[in-house]
Amino acid sequence: MSTQRRHGHRTHATVATALAAGLLAATLAGCGSGGEKTGDANGTLVFGISADPAQMVPWTATSTQSIQVLSQIYSPLLNTDAEGVPEAGLAELPEISEDGKTYTFTLREGVTFGDGSALDSADVKYTYEKIIDPASSASSASYFANVAGIEAPDPQTVVVTLKQPDASFVAGLTGVNTAIVPSDVDAKSLEAKPVGSGPYQFKSRTPNESITLTRNADYYAGKPGAATVEFRVIPDEQSMVSSLKTGSVDVAIFDNPVTAKTATSGQTESMTVDSLSYHVLQLRATSPTLKDPNARLAIQCAISREDVIDSAALGSGKPTGPITSPEYRSDAEAQPCPEQDLDKAKDYLAKAGKPNGFTLNLMTSQGLYSTAVDEAQNIQAQLGKVGIKVNVEALDSNAYVERWLAADFDAAIAMNGGSSDPNTMYSRYFTKAGSFNKVAGYSSPELDKLFADGIATTDTAARKPIYEEISQRLVDQAAWVWLFTPEMYVVANKRVEGLEERTDASIATLWKASVS
Amino acid sequence: MEGVGLLSAASSLSHRVGAVGRHPVARRAGEAALTLIGVSILTFVLLRVVPGDQITAAYGTAAGDLSPEQLQALEAYYGVNEPLLSQYLGWLGGVLTGNLGVSATSQLSVLSMTAQSLPNTVELAVLAIVIGLGLGVPGGMLAASRPGKARDQISQLTSLIALSVPSFLLAAVVSSWLVNTIGWYPNGEGYRTLSEDPALNLQQMLLPALVLGISIAPPILQTTRAAILTVRSEDYVRTARAKGVSGRRLQVRHILRNALIPVVTMSGLQFGFLLGGALVVEQIFAIPGIGRQVLLGLEQKEYAVVQSTVLVIAVMFVLVNLLTDVIYRLVDPRVRVQ
Repeated sequence: MSTQRRHGHRTHATVATALAAGLLAATLAGCGSGGEKTGDANGTLVFGISADPAQMVPWTATSTQSIQVLSQIYSPLLNTDAEGVPEAGLAELPEISEDGKTYTFTLREGVTFGDGSALDSADVKYTYEKIIDPASSASSASYFANVAGIEAPDPQTVVVTLKQPDASFVAGLTGVNTAIVPSDVDAKSLEAKPVGSGPYQFKSRTPNESITLTRNADYYAGKPGAATVEFRVIPDEQSMVSSLKTGSVDVAIFDNPVTAKTATSGQTESMTVDSLSYHVLQLRATSPTLKDPNARLAIQCAISREDVIDSAALGSGKPTGPITSPEYRSDAEAQPCPEQDLDKAKDYLAKAGKPNGFTLNLMTSQGLYSTAVDEAQNIQAQLGKVGIKVNVEALDSNAYVERWLAADFDAAIAMNGGSSDPNTMYSRYFTKAGSFNKVAGYSSPELDKLFADGIATTDTAARKPIYEEISQRLVDQAAWVWLFTPEMYVVANKRVEGLEERTDASIATLWKASVS
Repeated sequence: MEGVGLLSAASSLSHRVGAVGRHPVARRAGEAALTLIGVSILTFVLLRVVPGDQITAAYGTAAGDLSPEQLQALEAYYGVNEPLLSQYLGWLGGVLTGNLGVSATSQLSVLSMTAQSLPNTVELAVLAIVIGLGLGVPGGMLAASRPGKARDQISQLTSLIALSVPSFLLAAVVSSWLVNTIGWYPNGEGYRTLSEDPALNLQQMLLPALVLGISIAPPILQTTRAAILTVRSEDYVRTARAKGVSGRRLQVRHILRNALIPVVTMSGLQFGFLLGGALVVEQIFAIPGIGRQVLLGLEQKEYAVVQSTVLVIAVMFVLVNLLTDVIYRLVDPRVRVQ
């Protein structure tokens, strides 16, 4: 889960965010989820988005808007339930062999694609092999890194063989990035004309204006509430607020509590939802300034997370530890300095041999998310109290990404997507072989072993203590300084009924909503 | 002052046009072509100098998760693995044969995207310039009629305020006021073109055109005022007055008409800028114009989209300049004679 990026209001969610798209957190007041539909069966629901979706093929989708639109058109093999646990979708939960290496999926019968063709095991095999094929440049390819082979012995059965047991494998099959595409349609043509088995079918698109979808009456999970869903591009936040207030847009999601508040009126309601993503101060333990764990711990102790939330993030968020996966969530207080402790910070500085502090370069970018620069400046002020002089470098988002990928920084402000699986969240950062280990700058043989143990068993109860220990080691060493999980605000017109609110603001169940 | 400067600039321009020799049109066409090539090279280079490419734009930090094989496939897909010169020549060759390239995000040709967005921008620019002239020219005449007196000071102060208020602020204040008082915000409806739904289209254009019109009215007002003051002290005005021409005829035929050249120059410049896409206003009011097309291309690092669209804008600018020349000839016979 790499850092989320944002141009203006458009976020680049990550593969992991997409995978985590499955958590029911709450239901809009007055709306019974899955209850009787009282709405207009011919109604159009207008969903406001701040930018045009940048990608239209499931496995390359990275922007939030792409994931939102494609999650209406395509179905992944598995869904996730309210707790973020994978559950049946196009297929039943897999039967896993004794050795944890063979996963057998049984597909639901009678599912069809928008073009009328049946969705069977050949389509699943085709999709997954397409994702694995480097020529597709799939952002979800890493979820199949352990896959040795995919077989389709009969139309309803898919057998996936792994090179080694991997408990996080199933979590990878629940998001838009691994959604099933038809094997008899040229993948290239899907970019202009998506064909999926989701609740809605692609109808038309006007770039920079809108994407219109129509109801898939044969959707396998139920009848979608609105006959038409239009994703309307409204780049300006205030304009979005005006559109909600005048009822020309039915639903929009904001990350700014002040904006969400102004959008709430007699006609609209706002819901606050939690998120699996997290804001973090990334420290590169391999940089000369931060090599000594005491220097990093001094930073952790000098920072009040509440102060970052209240002063920089407009009060929107909750302090967090490393893991945000609901089943494995870290205790936010279980770290050397759960609260700001300036004396302890000075002790750590003395232990690091720098009693008068040091200079730290901190990079951030306005393009990450709206408060990224404010957070950097808040941390600058806080660390200044113990003599750590912070140089804030506010970069263009592309420059930030380039330097981040090149691991050319001491410290960075970032917002990372979470995942329902903790291995997916951190093995790429904190194992020696992880694709982002160079960027994270921290690993140890003990951590490598713990991560290996964590995916060797699929038993949640057995995995829990392992990830607890991983989480503890990360905060004890102050590998990074975890700040908070942000809140999102879903504002909907009152004529929208049955809208399910999900953690990380996924709209995978938008189909349950109808308009009256 | 500005107006006087522009007046002399305009007269030197018209002088140059006349002095070019036997083939002024050919000469101007050649200059325009050189300008366009310069613009295209500059755009091409600038796009590649700034950090990031289409891959980092699309994948963000997740680009670090791509395997070398995946990266290679992507580079080939976006055509960024080719040498710079062949990238440029390939694009230029396409443009010369009418192929402006294809957007990787929308899978549409830049030509068809432009065919949709350009008319919206042109419509907005025309409406804005009409509003700007409607406010600026009478305002300038009013101010010049009693220089230094109350009406002059009020006009100047008003125009200074209009000039100082950023258009995004004006847009936000006006639209949120309308939303909260009468619940009217047509720009939240899906955009409709003039031919699809004229009534809704004009409603959607009203606020952005007004905001832009207000922002370009002050320079037009100042130019008009300065030009009128200059022209009023010309000998021929004194002669006309001595001849007994007075009132409206003197104001319109003798003064205003001769004062129009710098106003035309200024309006042409403003119109050219508006055609470049009034990006901020297009963003705020969700007008799918050419400014947003460039911005989208920049965000996604869609080189073909940015290069071709900027070229289209440059062509429009050149055309507006030519048009301004034509208007000079209409309002000022002296240009024709020269």
